[in-house]
Amino acid sequence: MNFKFTDEQVKFRQEVRDFLEGEIKQGLWQPTCDAWIMAHDPEFTRRVSAKGWIGLTWPKEYGGQGRSFIDRLILTEEMLRYGAPAACHWFADRQIGGAIVHYGTDEQKKEILPIIIKGEAYVGLGMSEPDAGSDLASLKTRATEDGDDYIIDGQKTWTSGGSNMNWIYLVARTDPEAPKARGISEFFFRTDLPGVSTSPIVDITGGVHFNEVFFDNVRIPKTCLIGEKNRGFYQILNQLDYERSGMERLMANYPLFEALIQYVKETKRNGKPLADDPVVRSKIAQLKIELEVGRLYMYRVGVIMDEGRAPNWESSMSKAYGTAFEQRLATAAIEIAGLYGQLSPASRLTPMRGMAYHSYLSSKGYSLQAGSSEVLKNIIAGRKLELSAR
Amino acid sequence: MDLVLTEEQEMLKKMASDFLTDKFPKTVVKEIEETESGYSPEIWKEMAELGWMGLVFPEEYGGVDMSFLDLAMLLEEMGRACLPGPYFSTVMLGGLPILDAGSDKQKQEYLPRIASGEAIFTLALTEASARYDAAGVEAKATADKDGYILNGTKLFVPDAHIADYVLCVARTSDGAKPEDGITIFIVDAKSPGISCSLLKTIANDKLCEVVFDQVKVPKENILGEPDKGWAEVKKIVERAAAAKCCDMVGCLQEALDMTVAYAKERKQYGQPIGGFQVIQHYCVDMFTDVEGARLSAYQAAWMISEGLPCAQEVAIAKAWASFASPRVMALAHQIHGAIGCTIDHDLQYYTRRASADGVTFGDASFYQEVVAREMGL
Repeated sequence: MNFKFTDEQVKFRQEVRDFLEGEIKQGLWQPTCDAWIMAHDPEFTRRVSAKGWIGLTWPKEYGGQGRSFIDRLILTEEMLRYGAPAACHWFADRQIGGAIVHYGTDEQKKEILPIIIKGEAYVGLGMSEPDAGSDLASLKTRATEDGDDYIIDGQKTWTSGGSNMNWIYLVARTDPEAPKARGISEFFFRTDLPGVSTSPIVDITGGVHFNEVFFDNVRIPKTCLIGEKNRGFYQILNQLDYERSGMERLMANYPLFEALIQYVKETKRNGKPLADDPVVRSKIAQLKIELEVGRLYMYRVGVIMDEGRAPNWESSMSKAYGTAFEQRLATAAIEIAGLYGQLSPASRLTPMRGMAYHSYLSSKGYSLQAGSSEVLKNIIAGRKLELSAR
Repeated sequence: MDLVLTEEQEMLKKMASDFLTDKFPKTVVKEIEETESGYSPEIWKEMAELGWMGLVFPEEYGGVDMSFLDLAMLLEEMGRACLPGPYFSTVMLGGLPILDAGSDKQKQEYLPRIASGEAIFTLALTEASARYDAAGVEAKATADKDGYILNGTKLFVPDAHIADYVLCVARTSDGAKPEDGITIFIVDAKSPGISCSLLKTIANDKLCEVVFDQVKVPKENILGEPDKGWAEVKKIVERAAAAKCCDMVGCLQEALDMTVAYAKERKQYGQPIGGFQVIQHYCVDMFTDVEGARLSAYQAAWMISEGLPCAQEVAIAKAWASFASPRVMALAHQIHGAIGCTIDHDLQYYTRRASADGVTFGDASFYQEVVAREMGL
């Protein structure tokens, strides 16, 4: 057994850090929490693309770098550590490219992967619907065959990236007669089509990253179907393992953790730094312990993916654990700041650049998106512990 | 990074598991717990023949020359089996410190006897303060002609009542800091002036109060450097904490396995209780805790194997294991229901050991403070 990063990996991590620190030094952006999903910066994405860091794990023949998932974890870990504005390419890089590599036709690979690799596919994730959340297989959005096309009708909601998207990944019902999980297909297409409209949903932080998306008689060519018709639900189960396995499930709030450490070193109470208070020390140390154990769960998923296995319970575990950790981090930061913890980022007195306030609110959604913690625990219980209902 | 056991490690683990399952059914564990010695000399000898005592010693000292990570595999299986006896004391607290800090002569004298199962060792470190820091060491060793005279009372010394040798940590001079002036002595346990009494403990293991009253120790029995012993003590505690984590992983894994098996078999409301979502989620919470303990314990053991500095990683592993074990055991009991609270049910062996393990070689708060310091707070 070996926990060591290779020399190349150590070098790669340093290269990513140097790049990101250089960007910050030039004042190109400020580290923020949730930057991976909230901070859309097409210029940043172009620069990341120029480094060859989009599609890192995809085969070279399609323009990828053919590198390991551990390498990608290193890359994304550093992006999150520095709170880099990677939202434009994150979804496409994380799961869409992988899905196309896995299920796409040769034409799709040749057409779509270069667009993603160039950082030009801003993807919305069209999965949940008003009546299909955890029970995704109940979705109602229809895709009806019509000659060489499909006609899409219906509504998605909580569509991450919806306000900024130019492409959408959509799951829709292609066989309404079949049992519900067996009549679903996956599509990927541009959103500048007649009949597509979006409506932003303001989240509890006041930000917008998810949307309602409406499809009214939207015509797409059949070539937008990804994988096999009516097998979409089973394809998704595999993709969700990837969606859940990322470092963003542990480190979306990471800039807050660094700010909190700095805060307790610099803030005095009764003439002494907060960092001298045993209760504060214990809280911060506990967060560090939990973060580091979280990294081990995360890297284990990378190891499994590099072995070519599906991390089906391991990614559920790392995601359920990581998102709960992030909620504890935000709560601890608010508590440590005391009365100041309630100040919004707009207040001149707000501590930690307002990140405690922001994360306390935004982290509530972490344990819901991409599989609620309860669904994830069901998966672990069923797939690994072999406990099943009835 | 691969995070998986090698084939040899899997084999060692399997072999250990088979042996321990065969030799230590809970009826035997119970019998041994009730004896005063707390171990079975016959099985001890068999363990030595398997090469377990000298697993990490070089061949020249009768060892098998395997790594600390390999040893971690054994410890995990010992935790799973609730192995009673002085293995941990002898190997972790006696053999490894001598291998690490002993002179050639000391290594030649003691290590082959440990490897052969002939000598039982332990470490007398903690005292009335029950702390693992240098300030807790008040026992004194005063220079006297060609040796030292030891005086003081040590508490929570495992297996001292059956030990042939005790590594005793004592103060030999006053320094500017509590860490200064500490020396480790290899003390013959039969020396006049040593008295030993058993403490009654939750794990029914054999912890002792050991009184040193004018005990003579020759100068050549100093382990490492006089007055500068604390650095070695820190290493001993760090290594023992990592080892204890591996032991705890086995203990908690077995409690989890028993609980999941019970949830599949126990029926209420006409179905196995494992079909109820709340029970499933409890099991997953336990499993998540155990996996965190395993990954962090293996990481610490791997770093020790590689000779890498790992104060923070050991602290993380032990803090995690110490916090996780009461959570895991509470859920194990909740799912087992009343039957798990009976003395005749196997679960109680794990409940009692998990409690003791949590505080041995540093509890969660102790290691939180280590982590805070390592973070520069």
